[in-house]
Amino acid sequence: MNISRRSILGMGGGLAAAATLVACGQNNPMASPTGAASPATSETGMATGEKVDLTQWYHEYGEAGVKEAVERFAAEYEAANVTVKWTPGDYNSILAAQLLTAEVPDVFEAEQGGSLDQIRSGQLEDLTELIGDAKDQFNKSVMKRFTFEDKIHGIPQTIDMQLLYYRPSLLKAAGVEVPTTFEELVAAANAVKTSSTGGFFAGNDGGIGVLGTLFIWASGYEQLNDDRTEAAFLNDDFYKALVAYRDFSKSGGVVQSASAEWYSPDAFVNEEAAFQWGGLWSLPDITKAFGDDVGVMAFPAMGAKGRPAVPFGAFGACVAAKGKNVEAAKDFVKWLWIDQEDKQVEFSDAYGTHIPAKDALVSKATKLSSGPGSEAAKFVADSGFANDIMWSGAIGDKFNAAVSNVIKNGADPAAEFEPLKDLIKSELEKLKG
Amino acid sequence: MPTLEATAPARPAQDGPGLWRRLRGHQGRNLWFVAFIAPFLLGLMAFVYLPIVWSAYLSFFEARNTVTPTRFVGFANYTYLLTDKLFINSLLTFVAFAVFIVPTTYVASLGLALLLNNLKWGQAFFRSVFFIPTAVSYVIAAIIWRFAFFSGARFGLLNQFITAAGGEQVNWLGGTNSLYWVALISVRLWLQTGFYMILLIAGLQRIPLETYEAAALDGAAGWRLLRYITLPQLKATSVAVILLLLINAFQAFDEFYNMLGSIGSYPPYARPPLVHLYLIAVGGGQQDLGVGGAGTMILTAIIVLFGVGQNFILNRSGK
Repeated sequence: MNISRRSILGMGGGLAAAATLVACGQNNPMASPTGAASPATSETGMATGEKVDLTQWYHEYGEAGVKEAVERFAAEYEAANVTVKWTPGDYNSILAAQLLTAEVPDVFEAEQGGSLDQIRSGQLEDLTELIGDAKDQFNKSVMKRFTFEDKIHGIPQTIDMQLLYYRPSLLKAAGVEVPTTFEELVAAANAVKTSSTGGFFAGNDGGIGVLGTLFIWASGYEQLNDDRTEAAFLNDDFYKALVAYRDFSKSGGVVQSASAEWYSPDAFVNEEAAFQWGGLWSLPDITKAFGDDVGVMAFPAMGAKGRPAVPFGAFGACVAAKGKNVEAAKDFVKWLWIDQEDKQVEFSDAYGTHIPAKDALVSKATKLSSGPGSEAAKFVADSGFANDIMWSGAIGDKFNAAVSNVIKNGADPAAEFEPLKDLIKSELEKLKG
Repeated sequence: MPTLEATAPARPAQDGPGLWRRLRGHQGRNLWFVAFIAPFLLGLMAFVYLPIVWSAYLSFFEARNTVTPTRFVGFANYTYLLTDKLFINSLLTFVAFAVFIVPTTYVASLGLALLLNNLKWGQAFFRSVFFIPTAVSYVIAAIIWRFAFFSGARFGLLNQFITAAGGEQVNWLGGTNSLYWVALISVRLWLQTGFYMILLIAGLQRIPLETYEAAALDGAAGWRLLRYITLPQLKATSVAVILLLLINAFQAFDEFYNMLGSIGSYPPYARPPLVHLYLIAVGGGQQDLGVGGAGTMILTAIIVLFGVGQNFILNRSGK
């Protein structure tokens, strides 16, 4: 009665594995002395030479070659059979759904090294000891974001970031310096714009979606207070920053719509704007189009307490706590993302343009060793910000709606943000559980 | 008790074959009924009713990132949603959308149906021509609308016409004006008009020719025929079409999300209920299934009201 489908499949799988081992032994004598028949596995009472099977999930990287590279990395690992699952589509939702089932991926990447939900519901294995002292080798802003309640649940794989591109030649022609503050950016954008090339572009929603939280950081504040009990940015400096951006939009300096979104290099390459907020991933296309005539900067400081800011994002390699081979999965993660530095450089540098997660490897990344990209890693370390782990989707959505109402509909910022105070407080209480 | 036990074994022996025959029905009809209905019923149970029941269960819990929550919160998720300005606005967005899309689609479909129904030749050809857009995916159409026709850049198709005619470049979808409605209404109109046209043609063809002949003998023609014969005879079809349109408008998601959404964010305007719930339930890589479940229940209640209303109106018009 109780023969479940899984146990039948399991039996079938066992037979298949045995068959594979036999085949392996016959066809590939090279394999046996090194990896396959390691003494460690026979001690645990498993069939001699049997390697555990691990599954590893990635979201779909847009650049050609990444899939083949990670499959090759997995194949090179000798202590386990690692199967890569490439996941196109809405990765976060697909992963979240899969993590609720019994068939969890052993190793997977998660944005910013795991979400609060994932950590709270015990889906992620604690990797604090695994990373150990090696954590000092990683970018400090990223490591700070990856640490929650003194624990680390993901090993940073690579760093992505956003920054402001500009064309030095256009600035020179208009007789303006590279801006260092938001006021100077407004003046410069309005000075360089012509009938065909606009000033500043940050998306077809007027830049609200991508710049929203930057207004907090660039005006000198954090999203939440240190105890994560309430919002830390609801004050006049932030409101003034919003009004400053609204005035910037009204002045005509902000390109409201272009042929592509901010995350694509196309609008900038088409010369639709002299300044464009974009991703570091667009750097190769942009330098290809303009050669040396490309400059990058962080989003400039807004107001008296302001500071420059760039948002970063990093995928972290996580281990599912519910996985069937947690220790083997941890060994694999350590091997790939802590030990194998040439693979880490290749992963960051060979396909797209990302910053290696370890500071020492940045100089080995060819695209960042000189030119505008060389400052990117420094921007992240000095001025890098990321959404707080408790900045939930609900908070973010309400925040963006309020920013949109202030900038697009001319709402009074203090009145518009007033309800957010309690809302954020109660949301944080809920999140703390 | 002993008597029952004594008689029990005898029963199957006696009634078994007869009962089985009765259960099978004449020529095994009941059996065939079950065989044909069961797959559909199982699918309906597994993919429609079970999720609804589960959503109802989740809606009373704090259910973040789990489908087996433990913290009961009563009606907190419902009060949260019903005091959420964005959720209320999303219901208003649906009303505004329905007010535009339902009458325009109905009038356009009816107009095409009447034109085609009177065609002497080429009816099948034109019917296919107008029906083909129905086969296009909402997502694909929305992307074409967004990046080709209604792109706010000077390269946008409409903007090129406008600037060539000496006008100013228009920011169609940016939210600085309400022109995004033009794009949202037109894409749905294009996609669904053909389908409802077919339904209305079917309705028109059911009207007996004799009624028109009788009316013609009485001297009715043109507008009067439409007003006093066609439209009243088409009432049942019209009611069905309008209610389908209303329900479809309520379930609008694809063209909104693909025309106005950006990576991980969606503007606060033009946000229909399903888009808002989607953002709550799985937005930003987080899952808030409790509030999402509560929203599902509220929307289900509204849809059920539509259904009841449809039955009520259809029953009355049937008399």
